Amino acid sequence: MARVLVGVKRVIDYAVKIRVKPDKSGVVTDGVKHGLNPFDEIAVEEAVRLKEKKIASEVIAVSCGLPQAQESLRTALAMGADRAVHVEVPQAQYDSLLPLHVSKILAKVAVDEKVDIVVVGKQAIDDDSNQTAQMTAALLGWPQATFASEVTVSDGNVLVKREVDGGLETVRVKLPAVISADLRLNEPRYATLPNIMKAKKKPIKKLSAADVGVDLAPRQQVLSVEDPPTRQAGSIVPDVDTLITKLKEKGHL
Amino acid sequence: MVSGRQEVINLYKTLLYMGRDYPQGYDFFRSRLKKAFQRNSDISDPEQIKILVKRGEFVVKEIEALYMLKKYRTLKDRYSTEKNK
Repeated sequence: MARVLVGVKRVIDYAVKIRVKPDKSGVVTDGVKHGLNPFDEIAVEEAVRLKEKKIASEVIAVSCGLPQAQESLRTALAMGADRAVHVEVPQAQYDSLLPLHVSKILAKVAVDEKVDIVVVGKQAIDDDSNQTAQMTAALLGWPQATFASEVTVSDGNVLVKREVDGGLETVRVKLPAVISADLRLNEPRYATLPNIMKAKKKPIKKLSAADVGVDLAPRQQVLSVEDPPTRQAGSIVPDVDTLITKLKEKGHL
Repeated sequence: MVSGRQEVINLYKTLLYMGRDYPQGYDFFRSRLKKAFQRNSDISDPEQIKILVKRGEFVVKEIEALYMLKKYRTLKDRYSTEKNK
C-alpha cells in the first residue's frame, strides 16, 4: 500500500479583503483571519479518500512555515490525515521563502518518510506561484501529474485526468509520483469540531530547515507590493453620435 | 431529568463553532442561534426534542454545504477564464 504525503500551506482566508502595507513591503497579515489554502484542502481530501479506498496506508501532512502553520496541520489532521510534519520557518526567513525552498523541503521529507505519492494543491491563493508540485517532482526525479481533476490508482500506476486549456488530458504516471490538485478534483469535507478535538491527539513532528538540510537563503528580492489599479470612472453619453465621435477621438474606431 | 440534554448541548456547540465562518459575521450568527434555541427552551417532550435535534443536524449539513459552495464559487470565479454569470 502506498504512503501519501500532502503539502499544506496556511494562507490568508479566501474571503478576506487583502490590504497592502503602507510601506509596500507586503500585505497585512497581523490580526487577519487565516485558513488552510483551499487547493490544499482538496489535496488533503484526495489523500484521505485514497486511504479510505485502502490504496494508501498512511497520510502524512507537511507544512513549511511559521509556528501558526500548526493550525493548518490540525485542520488537515481533522480531515483525516494520520500525522503531520511541521518544518518551522521563522518570520524573517518566511518573508523570503520561495517555492523552490518549499520544494526542496518537500522532496527531502518525501524521501525521509518513504512516501509513494506526494499530493499538493496546484497553487496557494496568496502568492499564486503554481511551482511547488512541478519543482518537487523535478528534484525527486519523479513523474508529475499536475492540475488533476480525477485520480485513479491501479497497481503501481496512477491515471490522472488533467485540466488543460479547452478540455481534459489523461496521463498515466508510474509511482512514485507528484500530483497537484485542481479545483474540481473533489469536494473537501468540513473539519468538524469533534474531529478538530480528536486531531489534537495526533502527532505533529517539528523540524527546522536545518534538520532537513535546506538552505533558506533568499533568492529574490521583493521591490514593491502594490494594489491593482482602480478602474477609472466612466461617463454617460447623450446619444450615439457623441459616442462615435468620442470613440474616434480616442482612436477606437 | 431532561432527556437529550447532551445532544442539544452538542448541537449548540457545533453550530456555535461553525458560526465563526458565517459570511455575515459571528455575532450575527450567534445571536440568532441563541434566539432559536431559547424559543424552544420550554419543550420537555422527549419525542419533540428528538425531532428538533434532527432538524438542527439538518441545519448543520446545510451550513456545511453553504460554506463549500461559497468557497467553490469564489475560487472558480477567481481562477477560471470561463464565465457563467
